[in-house]
Amino acid sequence: MSADAGGGRSRAAYPLILPTWAVLGVFFLLPLCVLFVISFAQRGTYGGLKPIEDLGAYVLSGKFLSHYARSLHPIYLQIFWRSIWMAVVTTIVCLLVSYPVAYYVAVVAPPRRRNLLLGLVVIPFWTSFLIRTYAWMFILRTEGLANRLLMASGLTSHPLELLYNDFSVLIGLVYGELPFMILPLYASLEKLDRSLLEASADLGAPARETFRRVTIPMTAPGIAAGIVLVFVPSLGQFIVSDLLGGAKTILAGNLVQNQFAVARNKPFGSAVAFELTAAVLLLLLGYAAYTRRRGEDVLL
Amino acid sequence: MRRRGALLRLHTAVVFAFLYAPIAILVLFSFNETSQTAVWRGFTFEWYRKLLSDEIILGTVRNSLIVGAAATVIATVLGTLAALAMGRYRFRGEGLTRNLLYLPIIIPEIVVGAALVTFFGVAGLRLSLVTVVIAHVVFSISYVAIVVRARLSGFDRSLEEAALDLGARPVQTFFRVTLPLILPGVVAGALLVFTISIDDYVITSFVAGVGATTLPLQIYSMLKVGVTPEVNAVSTLLLATTVVLILFAQRLQQPPPERSEG
Amino acid sequence: MPNDVSVAIRGVTKRFGETAAVDRVSLDIRRGEFFSLLGPSGCGKTTLLRMIGGFETPTEGSIAIDGADMTDTPPYLRPVNMVFQHYALFPHLTVGENVAFGLRYRPMDGPARGRRVAEVLELLQLSGFEARRPDQLSGGQRQRVALARALALEPRVLLLDEPLGALDQKLRKEVQVQLKRLQRSLGITFVFVTHDQEEALTMSDRIAVMHRGRVEQAGDAARVFERPATEFVANFMGASNFFSGSVVEAPGGDVVLELSGGGRASVPLDGGPAPRAGEAVRFVVRPEKLDLRRRDLSERGVPSVAVTVEDRVYQGISTIWSVRDAAGGRFTVYEQNERPFEESSRWQPGARLFLCFHARDAVLLRAGGGGAS
Repeated sequence: MSADAGGGRSRAAYPLILPTWAVLGVFFLLPLCVLFVISFAQRGTYGGLKPIEDLGAYVLSGKFLSHYARSLHPIYLQIFWRSIWMAVVTTIVCLLVSYPVAYYVAVVAPPRRRNLLLGLVVIPFWTSFLIRTYAWMFILRTEGLANRLLMASGLTSHPLELLYNDFSVLIGLVYGELPFMILPLYASLEKLDRSLLEASADLGAPARETFRRVTIPMTAPGIAAGIVLVFVPSLGQFIVSDLLGGAKTILAGNLVQNQFAVARNKPFGSAVAFELTAAVLLLLLGYAAYTRRRGEDVLL
Repeated sequence: MRRRGALLRLHTAVVFAFLYAPIAILVLFSFNETSQTAVWRGFTFEWYRKLLSDEIILGTVRNSLIVGAAATVIATVLGTLAALAMGRYRFRGEGLTRNLLYLPIIIPEIVVGAALVTFFGVAGLRLSLVTVVIAHVVFSISYVAIVVRARLSGFDRSLEEAALDLGARPVQTFFRVTLPLILPGVVAGALLVFTISIDDYVITSFVAGVGATTLPLQIYSMLKVGVTPEVNAVSTLLLATTVVLILFAQRLQQPPPERSEG
Repeated sequence: MPNDVSVAIRGVTKRFGETAAVDRVSLDIRRGEFFSLLGPSGCGKTTLLRMIGGFETPTEGSIAIDGADMTDTPPYLRPVNMVFQHYALFPHLTVGENVAFGLRYRPMDGPARGRRVAEVLELLQLSGFEARRPDQLSGGQRQRVALARALALEPRVLLLDEPLGALDQKLRKEVQVQLKRLQRSLGITFVFVTHDQEEALTMSDRIAVMHRGRVEQAGDAARVFERPATEFVANFMGASNFFSGSVVEAPGGDVVLELSGGGRASVPLDGGPAPRAGEAVRFVVRPEKLDLRRRDLSERGVPSVAVTVEDRVYQGISTIWSVRDAAGGRFTVYEQNERPFEESSRWQPGARLFLCFHARDAVLLRAGGGGAS
């Protein structure tokens, strides 16, 4: 469809895309490669890298996989497991909480209200994740609002440890990721053809059946997108677990940061980072296969 | 049916309350008289006054703005060009480029931050505001590309052909026809980059050198030390700024021009 | 090349991958004429138009405009302008700015441009519309702005890509007449793409009928209509009555046929080689040239075929008859309702009648594309 005039159509793309290739190639792909290579290296005395004398022997002895092997230690497996189940719980809670909201805004609410409601959903989506997480710190602390209210209402006699545990991390995660679930669900529900719902009712299906057999399947792409948009960031989460979880709730992201900033063990940190990346990429490959089968719109 | 609607409405109201209550509380207590948080003593601007005279914080705000502005300009230009390439032409490496552009969004920030700091170390680049800008550009290009690409897909190509037909050369066509029509998308992309940039903590924490502390980094260290109303005040200001920017961006995100049909 | 040829298309082929959208097309479009490219969607007419405009480059062949080869010239360097199917008015510019768009690339100053814009707008009855925006205009008005914008540059050739498609029926007819008048008064060569044969006939001096990338027939509008050269053209122009027969003899300019439905006809040979005796041929007669009679008129030398009435649709001014001959061939007859109502109303489905026509109205068909005529 493009005009042939002005030179070959495919050649004209190169000057446009070259700068991006250069920047992403040098400052994104290359660093990732460096990180990958380092995951096979050994930690030096002062946090740098130990020079390897005999590369051949190093490889053959299997030593180069030492960090990956180490990550299979129960302590770390526990961390990975916690990351996974937290991400799963967060996703499920977000889905259950968000679907009715998205449904209400997209289907039930009067059209003139829709823009306003959508705006109200979008604003948290854009505002600082850090600040929104801090808000829960503020509320859940021992002297925080939650405890004050609980004690004032007589439900408890002394402040509860609401902060620095799995519970607070989950709240923080759900709170932070909720808009990321509502928006794709809304987008999917908004496109839903109302006449399909009416046809279902006309054919004798009660509301629950219509929901189960028509609404859910037709919004499956939105559900899938929402799940990915919540699960992936939750898996690689750092801020929420660092601020709201403290020392008790370490997730994969905290582990990586810890290895780089505190333990100064870059090789091990890199290995964990790549295991995290592998998990994420696997998930996304699955999602990509799913969308490809359905022939959905691509973003780029 | 009426009852179900009421139930949905209630649920939605509760969820919205859940979404906004913490923020509202935060904002409210930034005006609290005492530093003994959660006990309301009285209304005051004290913390804001302290904030605005706090040299350190002002310095980090300046850093954030510098980084934000620089990253926005660079990422917007690169992302727009990339969107044009992806949306217009078929070229060798197109699929790979698409995946390349998805990666910065997909790969966890922790990993990207770790990779960058390692790379800078190996390459001998000292950590500074420059490295922060580089990092921000890297993860922002993709967002701009996606936003502008969306705008382009509704774009009527015959408008460009008409311009060529009337005597405009390709470059002239770009500036007189294409750019004005995709500009809302470009600006929306730019605003997106800016808000992401001023909010970023994780990646920035890896690549910021001494003296290159940005606002989120400063806030974070304040949080780790302890909760004070000053933090509330900073948060409120940051929130207010973001909201204004969003509203502005929403105003610009109008649907692309319709095909001119009879 | 003769001086009166505006656009010379020579052996032009355009391939997209394996398929040839345009296949070895050669046409001469004369200066000052209204030339239509007519055909169904996918026949290549728009692709051919776009190649004249410079938006596609021919895979093979050449295109010359006013004697100069322009095969590889980009659109902004051709003395040709296009009116796009959906008008392509710049939505962010006013009507005046739209029309003045191309004038920026001419050596004219601001006031001169303004005068030219006003001049052209007046020509298209859009005076005073300079400050309006495209989204404030009706379909017909937008179309005129698109025309004004193209004509402001005084092109040697104006290309029009199905510009009337988006207009409603009544407006279409009005605009067809206006366009024709405009073209006549300006004297510019118009190349018009359409899939509507009636539209092409209304406006064009000459028509090229295209099918699957090839030109099936090109020539004067009336000639293409009355004397289709191929089966496709016949069908497309609505002459869907196909008679088959075998050649008895071919003396001079006529071919005597034994019709498969019975009877004989002496059909004029319209140029080309004479068919041999015994050869099977087909010819076409337009529906309005067919006549239904109660009696067999063969003795009077009028070809008559015995038919049975299958269906009859009364349309007030005319009646459409569907009839079938002994061999099962179907024919459509358009008849002006001149006959007294009582008489023809007795002819109901099942009636046995005779299908008659003048031999001179029979058009012999050749297999495959006819050239320019």
